[in-house]
Amino acid sequence: MSLYEELGGEAAVNAAVDIFYRRVLADAYVIRFFEGVDMEKQAAKQKAFLTMVFGGPNNYTGKDMREGHKHLVAQGLNDSHFEHILAHLRSTLAELGVGTDKIKEVIDIADSVRADVLDR
Amino acid sequence: MPIITFEENDYDCNQDETILECLTRHGQTIPSGCQSGVCQTCITKAVKGVPPADAQQGLKDTLVAQNYFLACVCKPTSDMEIAIDKSISQDIAGTVVDKSCLNESVMRIRLQTEQPVDYVAGQFINVKQPNTDITRSYSLASLPSEDALELHIKRVPDGKMSGYLHDDVQLGDTLMFNGPSGECFYTDSNIEQPLLLIAVGTGLAPLYGILRDALAHGHQGDIQIFHGSLAVQGLYYMDELYALAEKNEHVHYTPCVLHGDAPRDGQQGDIQQIVQQSIPDLKGWRVYICGDPAIVKSLKQASFMAGAGMSDIYSDPFEF
Repeated sequence: MSLYEELGGEAAVNAAVDIFYRRVLADAYVIRFFEGVDMEKQAAKQKAFLTMVFGGPNNYTGKDMREGHKHLVAQGLNDSHFEHILAHLRSTLAELGVGTDKIKEVIDIADSVRADVLDR
Repeated sequence: MPIITFEENDYDCNQDETILECLTRHGQTIPSGCQSGVCQTCITKAVKGVPPADAQQGLKDTLVAQNYFLACVCKPTSDMEIAIDKSISQDIAGTVVDKSCLNESVMRIRLQTEQPVDYVAGQFINVKQPNTDITRSYSLASLPSEDALELHIKRVPDGKMSGYLHDDVQLGDTLMFNGPSGECFYTDSNIEQPLLLIAVGTGLAPLYGILRDALAHGHQGDIQIFHGSLAVQGLYYMDELYALAEKNEHVHYTPCVLHGDAPRDGQQGDIQQIVQQSIPDLKGWRVYICGDPAIVKSLKQASFMAGAGMSDIYSDPFEF
């Protein structure tokens, strides 16, 4: 069973997006990359991303991830910001009661998109 | 750079430019309203070429199949020939039966239609100015059970539509409109849930409708309504809102002014700070925010950060 099913499918991802996005917006170190962004559109993208890392149905392509972050890389997006986002994902999962092993699994999948996000 | 062919002329469309922006830049006007892909006023057909799928979101399947799309959110990726089909949006005729000033810059207009219009309080209509391509979206302050549609029109400096509605339109005149549409309305899915309504300026129109709709549905949870303006002269419907708060124990009305003395039960200051201080924790609340887009955006984020769920925050989708 995928973590997506284990957590409770789409409704659980919606709850996770709220927690995750709220943590991200409260983080002064990364907030500048989210300024002026439409909240609902951003939440929809995060939902697609979390669905993917939880092993739910997705049509993730590295190309979208690369294109979508290029302008941010030009503004200085780097590994340190990526680490912050991973940390927020980790604490979101912990808040949802996901076990340590599963969290590591999810973080490994999320980490696998690093090169695409940072356009390397 | 994609070339857009419209009425036998070719127009170059810049990268990241929508078809609506491209046509406007070239001096071509087509009917448009919300500029956000919601009101569907700018519905356009691709005669040649394929519109991007995200420019077809919210359209009926039958229209998608015929290559209709929304010009205001369509960033073309390849050449397209487009046409406007005026038969698509069905216009409704409304007779002006009331025109009264609510304060020095807001006019109330009531429209009666021959057939009842199917809508939910808080939705909006797209009003057309006769003999022009100008269309503007206005939220409905009325309830479907009432005998007329009620609009609140703020006079915009040099505004063509608001100037027309304030100065030229007369009682008995006919106004054409389409809609109603929009997702910002009350649902009785949880009548115990506390509701926070934040209105800025004429953002009160949809919220006045939503508030009364919630009460008509027997909403049980607390209802907090904040109405903000620069000064007390910009507020309106104060007597009506005081009366609703007096009649219903669970309704609380807070008029807010940025400058000058606050009226009875009101507060002076920034509406966002006033709301934050009054209700610091919004976990479990449903929040409706209407008015100036910049303030709405900032209030949405603040409400989310204060604990309201993303799916529990509703707002007006259109630009003024």
